[in-house]
Amino acid sequence: MIAVVDYRMGNLKSVERGLRAVGADARITADPAEIAAADAVVLPGVGAFGDAMRSMNELGESDAICVAIAAGKPFLGICLGMHLLFSDGVEGAKAGGTVKGLGLIEGTVGRMPNHDAQGVLYKIPHVGWNSIEGLKSRLFAGIPEGEHFYFTHSFAAPESPYTIATTEHSVRFPSAVALSDRAFGVQFHPEKSSDAGAQVLANFVRIANELAS
Amino acid sequence: MLTKRVIPCMDVKDGRVVKGVNFVNLRDAGDPIELAQRYDEQKADEVIFLDITATHEGRATTVALASRASEELHLPYCVGGGFHNIDDIRTMIAAGADKVSINSAAVADPSILTKAAALFGTQAILCAIDAKRVAGGLDKWEVYVHGGRKATGIDAVEWAREAERRGAGEILLTSMDRDGSQDGFDIPLTRAIARAVNIPVIASGGVGKLEHFAEGIIEGEADAVLAASVFHFGTYTVRQVKEYMRSQGIPVRL
Repeated sequence: MIAVVDYRMGNLKSVERGLRAVGADARITADPAEIAAADAVVLPGVGAFGDAMRSMNELGESDAICVAIAAGKPFLGICLGMHLLFSDGVEGAKAGGTVKGLGLIEGTVGRMPNHDAQGVLYKIPHVGWNSIEGLKSRLFAGIPEGEHFYFTHSFAAPESPYTIATTEHSVRFPSAVALSDRAFGVQFHPEKSSDAGAQVLANFVRIANELAS
Repeated sequence: MLTKRVIPCMDVKDGRVVKGVNFVNLRDAGDPIELAQRYDEQKADEVIFLDITATHEGRATTVALASRASEELHLPYCVGGGFHNIDDIRTMIAAGADKVSINSAAVADPSILTKAAALFGTQAILCAIDAKRVAGGLDKWEVYVHGGRKATGIDAVEWAREAERRGAGEILLTSMDRDGSQDGFDIPLTRAIARAVNIPVIASGGVGKLEHFAEGIIEGEADAVLAASVFHFGTYTVRQVKEYMRSQGIPVRL
């Protein structure tokens, strides 16, 4: 069973249905015990960094997620769910401050600049279909370089040794990270990215099934 | 590179697509979900359901539609129309809508944008602006509300700036002069708004030919283009539109 972590910030049906559509036994849950016992964990992205961490801590989900990842369970964080892997985030913090994330990757998730190095203006939020490049993970099996996925965000993860794909907007930012060969985060929304998104979810489910069997 | 979006818009009443759909090979031409799935196959980047239902019962049908869409669609969708307060917005987001578009309610009380953005994130909040050119030949446009029936005296460019400041994540801009005309987007209006704000602008109203889509992006400087009838009547597929846009040097997803 794949646990889709519910931290009470919004509707998760599209993530659950996206996983089910590629054959997974996915279930939305807010129960830390169920999260810890699942074969794999998906952390969707709803709400803001600060609110999500507060809610996950109160519900006891943060520890359950960290334990599951440490135990080698397959993990997929989506959008904010990827951001939360990092040690800090500025979204939802007091001006100039940060809030603590799960802390599995060192670095601060910051606001995307609204201009590039040459001063050319870019629209923020970064909304729409953008390409991912420099793919290096089996999470992207069958996905060609430059494939498009749906993004919608104003904050982006910092550069780290864990980057497995990047995307260009006002800056080039990590659009996917891997903590291991089975724990991933993606900035885009595979559940909203049509066939390409379904392929990424199918790849994740295959990794989860391999390890579960 | 971020691609420019093509967005089919469906008018929905009591859970059914209205404004005639003449689309081959549809099992049920009135079903918004089936139509949206067809547009997904044609590489539509997202879809908008515009609720034109007036009754309370009809509204519940639209919430049910949003809920079904969250289960059956694999592309982003926005629900517009009929929001009077934060609770209406909360209900639609809870049902699964990725985005809501707010029009008259935001003009009546702009703080609704701020509250909604704080609760659901700016990316979920579109401010829809219906604008009509002011008589006198100047490049000035006035905001209309209540489905274009009521003038407000508010300058459209100023209102777009305020909507951004208040927390809107995108502007859905409709030219009332061009809507339904098939004469193309109001390019000066689109460009004026696109340059006034630092959030994405979706151009709407007036598309009739392939060239119009490219004009909206290249000359109007919009980030996305919206159309309804040319897609519903099968004049063009979304794919044809995107192939044409690409031939004009516009980055699109195909």
